[in-house]
Amino acid sequence: MSLGKWIGKKYPVNVIIGMVITGVMLLLIVMSFFYTPYDITKMDSASKLAAPSLCHLMGCDNFGRDIFSRVLKGMQNTFVIALLTVIIGTTGGVLIGAFTGFFGGWLDEVLMRIIDVVFAFPSILLALVFVSIFGTGRYNVVAALGVAFIPSFARIVRGEFIKYREMDYVKSARLAGVGRPRIIFVHILPNTFPVLTSSVMIGFNNAVLAEAGMSYLGIGVQPPDASLGSMLSESQTYLFSAPWYAVFPGLMIILLVLGFSLLADGIKANA
Amino acid sequence: MKYALKKFAAMLVTILCISFLVYLAFDLIPGDAALAALGTDVEPERLAALREEMGLNRPFLERYFDWLTSFLRGNFGTSYKYKLPVADMIVSKLPVTVIMALISFAMMTAVSLPVGIYTAKHSGGRIDRVITVVNQVMMSVPHFFMGILITYVFGMVLKLFTPGGFVSYKVDFWGFLSYILFPCVAIALPKIAMSVKLLRGSCIGEAKKDYVRTAYSKGNNTNKVLYGHVLKNAMIPVITLWGMTLADMLVGSIVIEQVFNIPGIGRILLTSISYRDYPVVEAIIVLIAFVVVATNFCVDLIYGMIDPRINVGAES
Amino acid sequence: MLLEVKDLNIEFHDHDVPERVVHDVSFSLDEGEILGIVGESGSGKSMTAMAIAGLLKRHDVEKKGTIFFEGAELLHASRAQLRKIQGNDIGIIFQEPMTSLNPVKRIGWQVEESLKIHRPDMSRGERKRRAIAALSDVELPNPEQVYAKYPHELSGGMRQRVMIASAMICEPKLLIADEPTTALDVTIQLQIVKLLQRLNREKKMAVLFISHDLSLVKRLCDRIVVMQNGDLVEQGSAQEIFERPREQYTKELIDAIPRLEKLG
Repeated sequence: MSLGKWIGKKYPVNVIIGMVITGVMLLLIVMSFFYTPYDITKMDSASKLAAPSLCHLMGCDNFGRDIFSRVLKGMQNTFVIALLTVIIGTTGGVLIGAFTGFFGGWLDEVLMRIIDVVFAFPSILLALVFVSIFGTGRYNVVAALGVAFIPSFARIVRGEFIKYREMDYVKSARLAGVGRPRIIFVHILPNTFPVLTSSVMIGFNNAVLAEAGMSYLGIGVQPPDASLGSMLSESQTYLFSAPWYAVFPGLMIILLVLGFSLLADGIKANA
Repeated sequence: MKYALKKFAAMLVTILCISFLVYLAFDLIPGDAALAALGTDVEPERLAALREEMGLNRPFLERYFDWLTSFLRGNFGTSYKYKLPVADMIVSKLPVTVIMALISFAMMTAVSLPVGIYTAKHSGGRIDRVITVVNQVMMSVPHFFMGILITYVFGMVLKLFTPGGFVSYKVDFWGFLSYILFPCVAIALPKIAMSVKLLRGSCIGEAKKDYVRTAYSKGNNTNKVLYGHVLKNAMIPVITLWGMTLADMLVGSIVIEQVFNIPGIGRILLTSISYRDYPVVEAIIVLIAFVVVATNFCVDLIYGMIDPRINVGAES
Repeated sequence: MLLEVKDLNIEFHDHDVPERVVHDVSFSLDEGEILGIVGESGSGKSMTAMAIAGLLKRHDVEKKGTIFFEGAELLHASRAQLRKIQGNDIGIIFQEPMTSLNPVKRIGWQVEESLKIHRPDMSRGERKRRAIAALSDVELPNPEQVYAKYPHELSGGMRQRVMIASAMICEPKLLIADEPTTALDVTIQLQIVKLLQRLNREKKMAVLFISHDLSLVKRLCDRIVVMQNGDLVEQGSAQEIFERPREQYTKELIDAIPRLEKLG
């Protein structure tokens, strides 16, 4: 039996494509921590807006900086920000959701009202409020998006906890005298992982798109550091003469999101 | 009816909460209207006097209710930077953003409904498979990049519109529409993909349910089962998505305005953020939040009409 | 003879190895008769019922043999031909009353649906009158109120009565009841069985009653078909089957009935 046939049996084609794309993207991101072909801030006036070539795989920008190197660094920034965002969102969401879902009562009512209010706010808008108060920059973006992502996770986890709270095995564990923290974290929490995993991946994608959107608007990662969104913003001026400047950063965002969403679909189908 | 009233009350509470939180957040920032009016290098006595005069020394709650009542009357305060009433700055721009969001929304429903139903009906077929792949890719494209691609392909290569061009809806309404058409496509495309995917999956899921077998057993043909039975059930999650999408589109059009150089609310919001012109930011954010909350209220009402199980009041 | 099933074979081809779920099954049903098909789950009894009702999935199923209903062949009939019979001459009710009704449509709408399809000339008022009559026929209290309700407002037993009313609205000659009582409480089960009995008597409607519960079948049916693993084990009058079962499997099934019920 060939390898392809073996994989095809175990996973559907779209999941395999997702794995390959995500794998390549992660490799590039890991690589970017140690190596980029050029210094991302090094300007070379001779190669301003140079077309893609063997020297500059994705061409050069308006300052003559290597786009491939900047794309790598931008992906790294996007990835790290999205990851931190999801970590904040998930941790906060799990804590709030577990607490309110398990205990219920008036605290649940109040917290869920607040969550509903925040949830009604589009996450980018919330991040804009945050940035307008605390200023621009990557850590503010992380904090802003992280907070904005808490409600969606809290809702999911709360729903799951309400479901499991009433199950017989939880009731019998309570009768057997198992402590509440242990019931919450050992008996119930692991059961929410299948649902949580796919929402975390979808959340990651939303974080990538939100970060890109914010740095496109100029309130995310600040120059001269590279970010995919701000590169897209700069590239617009030179869209006609150097379309590759826009295409490559955009393509990378698409691939990053596409790979993850294919994987998330696969996980959802298996859950 | 009771359900509608309950939801209406919830909407009012939400609006109150949001306005309170936003006012509180902006109140905590150092700097206020008096400081903005006089500048930083001013003697403290004059500053204190102006604060007293503007009522900035009153208790927080009193100021909040003052602000809220005048906000509801359409007085959104005065811009720090331009010294103009915020309402005047916003009023002419708000329709641009709202119309863009509404047109995008209309595009989304008009396209995703037939396409979603078609792909569900012919799932597994060649066209369905092509659309599924296109969908998956489309969902991964950020709308502002979609906007850039559209600018390049339709604006620069095919020359179907002038990139960066704009005419106000007051001057030439049809010209205005022709300029925002492509931006709206950019906003709508990723959402179309999402809603086709959801509707297709929802229809296929519903079609496996027992009541569909009952419907066939009565002698219904496939179309009658689909339109008479499956669709209404399948629409329930789609309506939820659409409700959230309208809010997204409003914010999405703020970003898209930058791509296509359209002077809407987004432009003012971003410049105000960079100038720390808080009254403007505050007003725009509260206004958008109001629209979002009102949309959610409408979605809840539609929900109640479609799904009889909701009216009983069995929440969550 | 109302219904004649001859050498019915059903094979599923959705997996690598074809799966034979019904094998050479033949039986017949007279007008106004109640025939019971008993067997454990996986015996092929429900698949037989689905084949008669024309509800087998079209893909991945290979079917052989013939099903004659009033002289017309059903098993290989076109979808359009089947649709004329479904809901009109053959009504069917299912095991899960909780999910067999459309949750977003009113009861009245769902009961009337077959009339709308098969009697398109009938006036609205007449349809409504008949639907309410059908609802009171299945012994639902306050049929006018039930008419305007949604499925989630009714109990399981009430929903099964609604299912029966909507299956009978066009006065079919055959009612297929596929495990109609399995999901219900014991007391409700008996009520439903008695209801079917009464409707059979009053409307001269034949019933094909499919169940794994021999005691219910004994109570209701004139004749019984026993199935196991897709094969027809034996058939005969209810009396014959219960008093002189020929096959070992039938004896085991009878022995498995709880004693108290056998006495009663």
